[in-house]
Amino acid sequence: MSGILLMVRRSLRQHALSTSITLLSVALATGLVMSVFGIQKQSYDAFTGGAIGYDAVLGAKGSQLQLVLNTVFHLETSPGNIPYTLYQQMNDDPRVDLAIPYAMGDNYFGFRIVGTTPEMFTEFEYQEGKKYQIGEEGRAFEAGYAEAVLGSVVAEQTGLKVGDHFHPTHGLKDDDLSHDHDEEYTVVGVMEPTNTPNDRVAWIPIEGIYWMGGHVLRGDGEHYTPEGGTAIPDKHKEVSAVMLNFKNPKTGFDLNMAINNQGKEATLAYPIATVMADLFNKVGWANRILEVVAYLVVVVSAAAILASIYNTINERRREFAILRALGARKVTVFTAIVMESAAIATIGSLLGFVVYGIIMYCAAIVVREQTGVVIDPFSIHPMVWITPLGMIGIGALAGVIPALKAYGTDVAENLIPHS
Amino acid sequence: MATLDIQQLKKSYESPDGDTNTIVDIESFSMDENTQLALKGSSGSGKTTFLNLIAGILTPDSGSVQLGGDNLAQMSESKRDLLRAKHIGFVFQTFNLLHGYTALENVLLGMMFGPGPNPAYAKELLDRVGLSDRMNYRPRQLSVGQQQRVAVARALANKPSLVLADEPTGNLDVHHARESLALIREICRENNASLLLVSHDPTIVGDFDDSLDFSELNKAAHVSIPSGEGR
Repeated sequence: MSGILLMVRRSLRQHALSTSITLLSVALATGLVMSVFGIQKQSYDAFTGGAIGYDAVLGAKGSQLQLVLNTVFHLETSPGNIPYTLYQQMNDDPRVDLAIPYAMGDNYFGFRIVGTTPEMFTEFEYQEGKKYQIGEEGRAFEAGYAEAVLGSVVAEQTGLKVGDHFHPTHGLKDDDLSHDHDEEYTVVGVMEPTNTPNDRVAWIPIEGIYWMGGHVLRGDGEHYTPEGGTAIPDKHKEVSAVMLNFKNPKTGFDLNMAINNQGKEATLAYPIATVMADLFNKVGWANRILEVVAYLVVVVSAAAILASIYNTINERRREFAILRALGARKVTVFTAIVMESAAIATIGSLLGFVVYGIIMYCAAIVVREQTGVVIDPFSIHPMVWITPLGMIGIGALAGVIPALKAYGTDVAENLIPHS
Repeated sequence: MATLDIQQLKKSYESPDGDTNTIVDIESFSMDENTQLALKGSSGSGKTTFLNLIAGILTPDSGSVQLGGDNLAQMSESKRDLLRAKHIGFVFQTFNLLHGYTALENVLLGMMFGPGPNPAYAKELLDRVGLSDRMNYRPRQLSVGQQQRVAVARALANKPSLVLADEPTGNLDVHHARESLALIREICRENNASLLLVSHDPTIVGDFDDSLDFSELNKAAHVSIPSGEGR
């Protein structure tokens, strides 16, 4: 075995350039496959089972998926508003543990401004036992005041801090068509990072949304333009959604039947994880294509191993003949070539972890930037060990063809000419 | 006991024009332990083929080659390889050193497929051939004479009972050729290894007490090279 290992080491060193290029292709292939599966799994877990904190979302009649994306992940456009009275109904329902209204329509440098109630900070738990924490110098806003609490990412990227003032921009996106509101808000608190999409939100009292210049309310179907600082009759108020937690899961199914199947006024997205899982199931074909592409890259890198070793066999025939003359058996030469191939796959796979780490790290940054969802770049999933082992197996298999060629080397013919 | 015993050994090649040329046709040939024999002959006379038959690299058309009592013709290829790894040392005209390996590694390769690596003994051999300060040099970093000495050390690394030397001095000048030959013979004696050397150079062959023209060996009915005590 020591002879085989010496042969493998020396061959890798002698063909350093082709070995390096092949190692790179194996590393990229391994890293790519692990990343494709890693990102898929991490995204799925983050979007379906992450720190959502709510059991259900009540919103305008329409798509449950759009409702969840808009309110939980702050991604899609709003499907519309529902009357404030629906929020009141939910809040008064003894089966409902917590009902928090969301009112949306403005942003600050692309970050959403969500109008809500102080319960968001005093009652809501985004993970079991975890409520939003506000940094030492800050506090939660007071209802009815032009005050804002910023998510950690908003504060980090806009540079706003406690005591600073800002003007909300109309619309959910910061584009050329939007305009700044005259109302000025004071930052009274910055949330500690939660690694949830809510880190990308600026929270203000729900009345602030109503009083924002140019906003029109249609809670009872008629247009109503509120005046800043004056009380608004509940019948005119609207909310974009009501975030709900139930005392019992059965309530969710009962409300689902009552609202989605029998009602015409609103949509209940319940359970949120199932709604998101449906999304992943619908785009599953895209994941399959990505997987196939990743597998093809593995095949190409295996072919690269095969080609790089195969091309050296002719120049190494004399070496094999000498080794055979020294007593190396045919199977020893065969094994050395297969092990050389497997060694390239092994070293390449180890380097693949570096590629994997880089891809996952970058992906985590992009996903967090775009969605606020945090994926763990270094979480362990089965493909993290299946892929390198598979690559090593395929690599060894790729070595069989050149090994057979080496196996058949005629010793006398390649050693010395007949005298 | 004979180190090497050959009976009715034949090997033929088919020429490009379809003729069959019998290149080796030996009735009976044997060498005892610790003997040294030089075979001379012109190019193409079949000397190298003869050595390859003895080493089990080539298989004969008929006849037997016994090495230490084991008949190579009755062995599987892998057993012949193992026998060669354990009992035969080879010195080639072109040295056939592996250029990707250091001098020490080349010598270690000589023992890896047989008795197993013994770095201390490999270093001792290189020291014996005067290369203790060149162990980590690669063949291209060594002079021709030094390469030859590495080849000699490698041939003896597995403590063989028979050393086959195929034109071992063919690439050396007269001075280095004599020096190298003396070294090979001396180390073979020290290691109780028999030496069968083939060369076309009469001055090299002339240094041996026992020498034969390969064409005579091919014709002779019986050739035996007994050890010194047996003469």
